[in-house]
Amino acid sequence: MLQTSAAVTETDAADHGLSPEEYARICAALGRAPNVVELGVFSVMWSEHCSYKSSRRLLKTLPTRGPSVLQGPGENAGVIDIGDGRAVAFKIESHNHPSFVEPYQGAATGVGGILRDIFTMGARPIANLNSLRFGSFDHPRTRYLVNGVVAGIGGYGNSIGVPTVGGEVYFDPGYNGNILVNAFTLGVVRTDKIFRARAAGVGNPVMYVGSKTGRDGIHGASLLASAEFSGEAEEKRPTVQVGDPFTEKLLLEACLELMEKDAIVSIQDMGAAGLTSSTVEMAGRGGTGIVLDLDQVPVREQGMTPYEILLSESQERMLIVARAGAEDIVRRVFAKWDLDASVVGRVTDDGLLRVMFREQEVARLPIDILTDGAPAYDRPAAPPADLDALQELRLDSIPLPGDYNKTLLALLDSPNIASKAWVYHQYDYLVRSNTVVEPGSDAAVLRIKGTHKGIALSVDCNSRYCALDPYVGAMIAVVESARNVVCAGAAPLGITDCLNFGNPEKPQIMWQFTEAVRGIRDACVALGVPVVSGNVSFYNETEGRAIPPTPTIAMVGLLEDIEHHTTQWFKGDGDAIVLLGVTREELGGSEYLMLTHGLVRGTPPWIDLEAEKQVQRVCLAAITEGLVRSAHDIAEGGLAVALAECCISGPHPGCGAVIEMEGAIRPDALLFGESQSRIIVSLRRRHLGRLRELAADANVPVTVLGEVRGRRLVIGPLIDVDLAELRRTWTTALPRRMES
Amino acid sequence: MRWGVVTFPGSNDDHDALYVVDHVLGADAVALWHKDRDLKGVDCVVLPGGFSYGDYLRCGAMARFSPVMESVTEFARAGGLVFGICNGFQVLCEAGLLPGALIRNRSLQFVCTRVHLRLEDTDTPFTCRCTRGELLTIPIKHGEGCYVADPSTLEQIEQNHQVILRYVDASGRATPDANPNGSLSNIAGIVNRQRNVFGLMPHPEHAAEKLLGGEDGLKLFQSVLAAYTEGARQGTTSVAPGH
Repeated sequence: MLQTSAAVTETDAADHGLSPEEYARICAALGRAPNVVELGVFSVMWSEHCSYKSSRRLLKTLPTRGPSVLQGPGENAGVIDIGDGRAVAFKIESHNHPSFVEPYQGAATGVGGILRDIFTMGARPIANLNSLRFGSFDHPRTRYLVNGVVAGIGGYGNSIGVPTVGGEVYFDPGYNGNILVNAFTLGVVRTDKIFRARAAGVGNPVMYVGSKTGRDGIHGASLLASAEFSGEAEEKRPTVQVGDPFTEKLLLEACLELMEKDAIVSIQDMGAAGLTSSTVEMAGRGGTGIVLDLDQVPVREQGMTPYEILLSESQERMLIVARAGAEDIVRRVFAKWDLDASVVGRVTDDGLLRVMFREQEVARLPIDILTDGAPAYDRPAAPPADLDALQELRLDSIPLPGDYNKTLLALLDSPNIASKAWVYHQYDYLVRSNTVVEPGSDAAVLRIKGTHKGIALSVDCNSRYCALDPYVGAMIAVVESARNVVCAGAAPLGITDCLNFGNPEKPQIMWQFTEAVRGIRDACVALGVPVVSGNVSFYNETEGRAIPPTPTIAMVGLLEDIEHHTTQWFKGDGDAIVLLGVTREELGGSEYLMLTHGLVRGTPPWIDLEAEKQVQRVCLAAITEGLVRSAHDIAEGGLAVALAECCISGPHPGCGAVIEMEGAIRPDALLFGESQSRIIVSLRRRHLGRLRELAADANVPVTVLGEVRGRRLVIGPLIDVDLAELRRTWTTALPRRMES
Repeated sequence: MRWGVVTFPGSNDDHDALYVVDHVLGADAVALWHKDRDLKGVDCVVLPGGFSYGDYLRCGAMARFSPVMESVTEFARAGGLVFGICNGFQVLCEAGLLPGALIRNRSLQFVCTRVHLRLEDTDTPFTCRCTRGELLTIPIKHGEGCYVADPSTLEQIEQNHQVILRYVDASGRATPDANPNGSLSNIAGIVNRQRNVFGLMPHPEHAAEKLLGGEDGLKLFQSVLAAYTEGARQGTTSVAPGH
């Protein structure tokens, strides 16, 4: 008999983040009002974070299939076959609001959560990336947030023994009130050992493993992740979880060890919305039901109510559907690693989530109402009224710089362009002995042990472009991430996306989102790259001010032969420096325009997807033929900054360059414009002919810019700077700001 | 020669050490479990990097009480080779098998980077294949790697040539700028008086393959193998007590 004494009202529903319409929908579907425990379950399952109610229909338009895709969106992570009986599982996820409220724990548990998503699939995690966006250094909280987030990512990743091999860090006043912390993990799994989260086999035991359940993180998904900030963020600290990487390390090893035995039917991590969502999602995917006995759940403190146990977001917990009779195998493995394992329920055939507590049924809900029955909205979308004004940029109103050396140094000193060594030297990027290209090049490269293969990883988004034109900005995020892995010698394999936006109930935000999804789709279709997993983070707003639209793209590329890995810096005097692609007269959305003129204006750089594809194809062919000694994507700061990075980002003392160039366009656009589809390669002169052949076949323009020589960067008559000065500026920019 | 690599709960570089011994050095490697007292007849025990028992108390403070450490201590006292890397070095100091202690880095930050090291002494089984004064490039990755000891201990280990590795700059000078964590006298690695127990903060197992950026660390593993082979040839058991 269902306990219904604590009947709820529309006001209670509103307190749980459910609208009057949604509450009415729940009552209609159930044929009665829910009790308070059930309302709690609905509040998390129907939250934006868990149900994707504002984004679901649009996400269905993304290309998710491909000949190598073993698992697309809808599981804990996407999985792509890389041959040799191996596959890679990967996903990116946001932990924005928790990190803003409590930066160390928020970022740490973001890493912990995404790691669980990967090893849940049976994959051994081998690499972490992260994409971080902070406010400007003028803002009083920025240093505190940077310190806390970086320490939190390191604190978790370093302790659990998974290398953090790359990422991106941006600073923009648009994130002053709402930082972004997106965490990515990739794991390697044998193709015949992939685990999924589908509860099957009526009567099979549902087992709880890992840490005990406490009162932390209750309503993290519904109230923290699915609503805007207002007032004091500090008040929300109790909704942030606390991480324990040591326990997760044990959980990781225990799960992987257990997966070698024939004991598990399916497995799911308890992330957002904890026991509730893991139970409901496993039963939903399996088309089954689950009955839970909360008295069997290991708890950290006395007197926890069913509501609290179901909604706790305590970390480092997993739910396993074991094969009936294999309970002791599970217990033995977890006991070896000193972890709890407890049977907390059974798989049923009634399609219901039934929850027992002290021999009473405290919730009884049809699974399909919680999952497929969740609302899906076509929210109204409209471009912002000031879009035309924002996109208008008259180049003749922009004065040329007086001193191009100073402009180049100012760009290298911009925290968005400067070396991120201060950040990544706080991360262990070596553990597990696979890191072939370390942080600080276009993409990280890792070998795949037991094969000759490697993978290249890059995470990218220029949100300034997205603010000016979310369609083009999102396309550029995809193609730039692809270009980065190509420069490392890899063929783009697939992406995972983390879509960070403001409040989707506002038409201009929904327009940004719609346009960005369309951009990702078009770019992925053009490059033939599937989207295999992802995450949407809405409500990134404080006091009604939304962040710039930030569709972060993490790209995974495959090197058929690890020996082809390539880095971005020049290798030695005498090599020819060559530009693949075309420089246009465009400055819209550039770092240069922001830095020297304080403007975020114009349209983002022109992008022709077919031309982009050809540039990437030529670069990759040249690398795999062994012609190329370095390859570097041209991005923020344009050609001059990219050349400077080629000179100074490698081992000391670096390589100088002498560039002879002339263009029919404004010199500032030539040097600092951010035209897309451009790559700088260096190669021995004798290979120039072959490179020209490859480029001619693909219609890709090739320009010999100059040669690697000396200890200065000289670009025509405009720039002439000593490498030591370039390097000093570029390497001290971030530490100086952090320590001031 | 058979190597054993201990796995404590929270060990992270145990697989890496096993990989180097097995795949790079081509020697026999077995995993040892913290709850077991059995050392499986190994000739050298590696205590790997990581965060044993979470290192929530003091680094290595819990691990020294584990069952396997009882056997490792006995093994070391009998002259067996023990090679403690990073967290392993911390465990050896906590267990009293090496003098001194490792505290938080001067910067208060975790640091992962390649460092230059000067090899101070070749009269150990861990460095017999190296040259005195040679420079090695090996990564460090730790938050608590600042080596400290009281003045008399420091004087003693210097006098006894127990300091094996020092942080130096690219030209081999032990300057303050070349010291990544604040260690006294730029100390990066030491041996015990009997020279059969070696602890170092740098990770030689992460500098053992050209593909991964360098092979300098492999020399330390090769030295152990050479010392063992030489010892076996001469029929002595002073270096390795054997099976």
